[in-house]
Amino acid sequence: MIHVKNLKKSFGTNEVLKDINAVIKPREVVVVIGPSGSGKSTFLRCLNLLETITGGNVTIEGTDITDKKTDINKVRTEVGMVFQQFNLFPHKTVMENIMLAPMRVRKLSNEEARSKGLDLLRKVGLEEKASAYPESLSGGQKQRVAIARALAMEPKIMLFDEPTSALDPEMVGEVLEVMKQLAKEGMTMVVVTHEMGFAREVGDRVLFMDGGYIVEENEPKELFENPQQERTKSFLSKVL
Amino acid sequence: MDFRLDILVEYIPFFLKGTLLTIGLSIAGIIIGTVLGLLIGLGKMMRNKPIAFLFNCYITFFRGTPLFVQILLIHFGVVPMLIGHTNGIVASIIALSLIAGAYIAEIFRAGIQSIDKGQMEASRSLGMNHVQSMKDVILPQAFKRMIPPLGNEFIVLIKESSLAAIVATPELMYYGRALASQYYRVWEPYLTAALIYLVLTTSLSFLLNRLERRLATE
Ligand SMILES: Nc1ncnc2c1ncn2[C@@H]1O[C@H](COP(=O)(O)OP(=O)(O)OP(=O)(O)O)[C@@H](O)[C@H]1O
Ligand SMILES: [Mg+2]
Repeated sequence: MIHVKNLKKSFGTNEVLKDINAVIKPREVVVVIGPSGSGKSTFLRCLNLLETITGGNVTIEGTDITDKKTDINKVRTEVGMVFQQFNLFPHKTVMENIMLAPMRVRKLSNEEARSKGLDLLRKVGLEEKASAYPESLSGGQKQRVAIARALAMEPKIMLFDEPTSALDPEMVGEVLEVMKQLAKEGMTMVVVTHEMGFAREVGDRVLFMDGGYIVEENEPKELFENPQQERTKSFLSKVL
Repeated sequence: MDFRLDILVEYIPFFLKGTLLTIGLSIAGIIIGTVLGLLIGLGKMMRNKPIAFLFNCYITFFRGTPLFVQILLIHFGVVPMLIGHTNGIVASIIALSLIAGAYIAEIFRAGIQSIDKGQMEASRSLGMNHVQSMKDVILPQAFKRMIPPLGNEFIVLIKESSLAAIVATPELMYYGRALASQYYRVWEPYLTAALIYLVLTTSLSFLLNRLERRLATE
């Protein structure tokens, strides 16, 4: 589904991703962990071209997204993204946040978009907030709306960049719950997170990144209990 | 000091005509200046360096020179070059629009750049293109923040339109000066003109305040 080959990314002279190789299969949940500044966000953002890639290839469903001829908006409709800071549109209601892109990009009618929006709000447990503005929601509710908004485009892949890191502890659970549900339904997901419990329970595979490389990857149980690399061991000893 | 109401009464129709033209010049300057400002502001933000540089030069020139000089240049230089003869109203509207455009361009740029870049990223990540994202996500938010500085600029424009009098554009100050020189009076014409400007600017700021409050509660 996603093939990453020799991916490199530099900001000016600062090479942040040095040589990333990864394959993500359909219906797989891949969790990315690693110390701050190791390039996790940058890696994720390269997968939907929020960052311009400086070297290597990323192929999504057979489409080389680094090819100049590729329609990058088309690619993005297939790859949903959820941000640490939610990034809801503050001037639009919850429902309008969800309806906007399906109407503009998928050309759904108002009624179609609204009924899809209601379904999704029900799914994340927020149908009573349809006409609320984002500022009146709690962090956990905002993030669930952001997930619903991304799902409204019916993406084949969902990227999550530390979706619970900006939340108060008591709200982490409700967001993880939605993500677990999504995984259970067979969504292909790439999740950057510090929630090791989530990684262990939901992840099919864990990638450990450090210094712009994927240093080690394995099934969660194996990687957590039996890390092979020194760097993985020392990182895990700090977070577990 | 004696205050001669009789000459004011005689000039009422002129002051009315002048006020209408002042309002007309201001509205034209505001509308054309806003359109220009939006285009120039976007132009200045373009990644194409030479084009951005040109827009930058424009902004620097019009913000860095007095409107007085600009009106004279446009009235006696630019307009005759374009249409063969000159016309005070046309020259004044051009000058006011161009200077307003320069200031409004900066207001637009600052407003757009004040929006968190996560907004554009979220919109683009949903598959919306740059233009759609601007129109539906960035500009509506930026617009709210632009209202106070835009309001200031509109008020400045109303006041600066008085400089049009120097190229014989028959607006408010033109008749004020006409009255002054006809009767050798100072207080009557200029205080009256000042009062009318005050009414115009305070009405505008009242309207803008209401608009701002309406949008804030939305
Ligand atoms: N837009 C940018 N311009 C310049 N440097 C950047 C930019 N974005 C990221 N970087 C740099 O790239 C490196 C990796 O950043 P990245 O955000 O990918 O790390 P991360 O693993 O997600 O860290 P964290 O856990 O703190 O989120 C950092 O050194 C950062 O300073
Ligand atoms: Mg990060």
